Amino acid sequence: MAGKTIQWLDDRLGLSTIREVAGHKTVPVHSATRWYYFGGITLFLFGVQVVTGILLMFYYRPTVAEGFDSVRFIMTRVEFGWLIRSIHSWSANLLIFVAFVHMFSVVFTHAYRPPREITWATGIILLGLMLGFGFSGYLLPWNQISYFATKVGTDVAGSAPVVGAAIARILRGGEDVGAATLTRFFALHVIVLPLTTAALVGAHILLVQKNGMSTPPWIAASGVRQMKFFPNFFLREAMVWYGALAVLGALAAIFPWELGVKADPFASAPKGIRPEWYFLAQFFTLKLIPSHVWIFEGELLGIAGFGALAASWALLPVWGVNRAGEARQRLVTGAGIFLVAYLAVFTVLGYVK
Amino acid sequence: MRLAAAVILLAPAMLFSQPAKDTCVECHTAMDGVIQKPALLIKNDVHTANGLSCADCHGGDRTSGDPTVAMSKAKGFIGKPKRTAIPQLCANCHSKPDFMRHFKPQQRVDQFELYKTSIHGQRLASGDENVAVCIDCHSVHDIRAVKDPLAPVYPSRLPDTCGRCHADSNRMAKYGIPTNQLDQYHSSVHWAALKKGDLSAPNCASCHGNHGAKPPEVASVAAVCGNCHVLFAQLYAKSVHQPIFSGASGGGGCIVCHSNHGIQQPSTAMLAGPKSVCSGCHEPGTPGANTAAQMAQWIDGLGDALRHSEAVLGEADKAGMEVSEGQARVEDGRENLVKARLAMHSFEPEEMHKPIEAGMAIAKETLLAGQAALREKNVRRVGLAISVFFIAITIFAIWLVIRRLEANGSGYLEPSK
Repeated sequence: MAGKTIQWLDDRLGLSTIREVAGHKTVPVHSATRWYYFGGITLFLFGVQVVTGILLMFYYRPTVAEGFDSVRFIMTRVEFGWLIRSIHSWSANLLIFVAFVHMFSVVFTHAYRPPREITWATGIILLGLMLGFGFSGYLLPWNQISYFATKVGTDVAGSAPVVGAAIARILRGGEDVGAATLTRFFALHVIVLPLTTAALVGAHILLVQKNGMSTPPWIAASGVRQMKFFPNFFLREAMVWYGALAVLGALAAIFPWELGVKADPFASAPKGIRPEWYFLAQFFTLKLIPSHVWIFEGELLGIAGFGALAASWALLPVWGVNRAGEARQRLVTGAGIFLVAYLAVFTVLGYVK
Repeated sequence: MRLAAAVILLAPAMLFSQPAKDTCVECHTAMDGVIQKPALLIKNDVHTANGLSCADCHGGDRTSGDPTVAMSKAKGFIGKPKRTAIPQLCANCHSKPDFMRHFKPQQRVDQFELYKTSIHGQRLASGDENVAVCIDCHSVHDIRAVKDPLAPVYPSRLPDTCGRCHADSNRMAKYGIPTNQLDQYHSSVHWAALKKGDLSAPNCASCHGNHGAKPPEVASVAAVCGNCHVLFAQLYAKSVHQPIFSGASGGGGCIVCHSNHGIQQPSTAMLAGPKSVCSGCHEPGTPGANTAAQMAQWIDGLGDALRHSEAVLGEADKAGMEVSEGQARVEDGRENLVKARLAMHSFEPEEMHKPIEAGMAIAKETLLAGQAALREKNVRRVGLAISVFFIAITIFAIWLVIRRLEANGSGYLEPSK
């Protein structure tokens, strides 16, 4: 019976083709193989976000009057609501951290080199989308800290050269963070960003299948032992996913994500207000820049600098390889180490100071 | 050309806008000692800031550089006014609404009339120059607006200003009044609040009045306290103690229990125990003493119950549980505690028991919520342990499958040689 059903589906969906492709997929086995798992963990955590996000949407109400209370309802009244919301929040943070690890593993193993330029580009856009998820989702509980952090965040976006004021207005849906901002962020968080992300994740994975797994340039690809993706690598990846699930569960049970106090736009901003950790390095940098540098406004200069840095990082496959298509290993590794050090040190300083 | 015309046209206006010449300040600034001091102090004076000067109080002609003209009687110079004349001198302006309106339209102009009704004013009228006149409280030559934090009559400075005379035992000796009021006030809850910056907290003038300062009559003490403690005064007025503590009976209203200048933070120790103020009239074992002890027990019981609930909720909160609703309810309970303390001033146990009952119900409800949150925390920990156990078994099982799969090296493709 089962065999007949599979045959019936195969005739219509071409399952055997997928099985054949999967059967031929291999993963290079070498000293840096462990870094391949991070792409999978990122995908797993994104899946967790989709599932928990859908469950939260059953109860969440995206209005200024009801947003906070609906999240409190989820945390206190809905069966396992606290677990779903805490996992969603923890997973969001782990997802961004793991996505950064995945990106830097690509940098240090020079996997951005031809023919994987588009894979890199889709990855960078996905990282930006993850940050967008974090920024938009942070406001949704409509508590005091998220409200003022969003005010600060949209202020920073608003100081971007030329288009800043328009961006801030579009993000806020008006002059200030308010009811329009909340519905806008909700729409972004549950419709715009997920659809864009799903399309790009699909493209990213397809490109990985198309070009195969990259081998670091210091290892001769032809001389590397290969592991079958199915079932050998897949089972190992499953072990890691289960491990990630256990970590998420532990974090949610031991450190449930706090709810805070309902946002009051008329209250004064809480002391030491700062954005989420993944924006801290930029936030602290902007604080360090003097209000005026030569004839330019300091904040404007900082935003322009971040824009230039992000653009040049997205163009890594252009400046990170020579004319023969080989990675400029020293240059890229140096830039990668510098960027990791900058993000780590300034994030810590942003917390401490 | 245009510029020259503008200068010519504007020059007269510029000349007229120059401040009037003040030879009093000019000459006295150049002198030494006590006659120089007023000229230096006057720079900080609120009157100077409003365009007035020495001659407006002392008379004379401030525009003349010749001292014999500037300080001539013909020009109205009066020199140093007598102490007894000072209130009238200040009133020459401060009692004139039309004049004061130019500077402060909302300023009261009845200070002198009030002063005449005060103990200070009455004694001054009878020739006692030892009593306070305007300059003793407001200072002289460097008079500052009442709202200026450096003014001696600024709320937080006023007690010390009054104390300069009233805490001086030599000065007060001939009046036979105590001089410990300032020390007592400095130990009071009112001073504690004022010291912290709460300018609404009472100072001397809040109870005694300022320009019409007098001790409140015994009969009006409750009304004076009731200016701020409105609900307490209303309940007290209808209570069984009111006629007993009233002035007609030789009592003292609120101060019978709370004292006057050195009012302390009220507590249930005032109701029962060795420091009980009730025991002053109600002998231990009498119905009155028993009722007071019952009231103390209710208040302490509700306070303890709410603190316990708060501690349990706090423990749950620290463990990451969402208990903000319970914590908000504890605040409702506290409100009932405040209501009970207020109702105590009716001296009717039934009145007081209503908020106590409501508060105890909230304390119980929030305690249960806190305990439930702590139990839930434990359930989550157990659930986590079970989940992690099964995840670990699953991971181990997958590892066994991988080992079996790869036992003979299958699943790997060796590089082509």
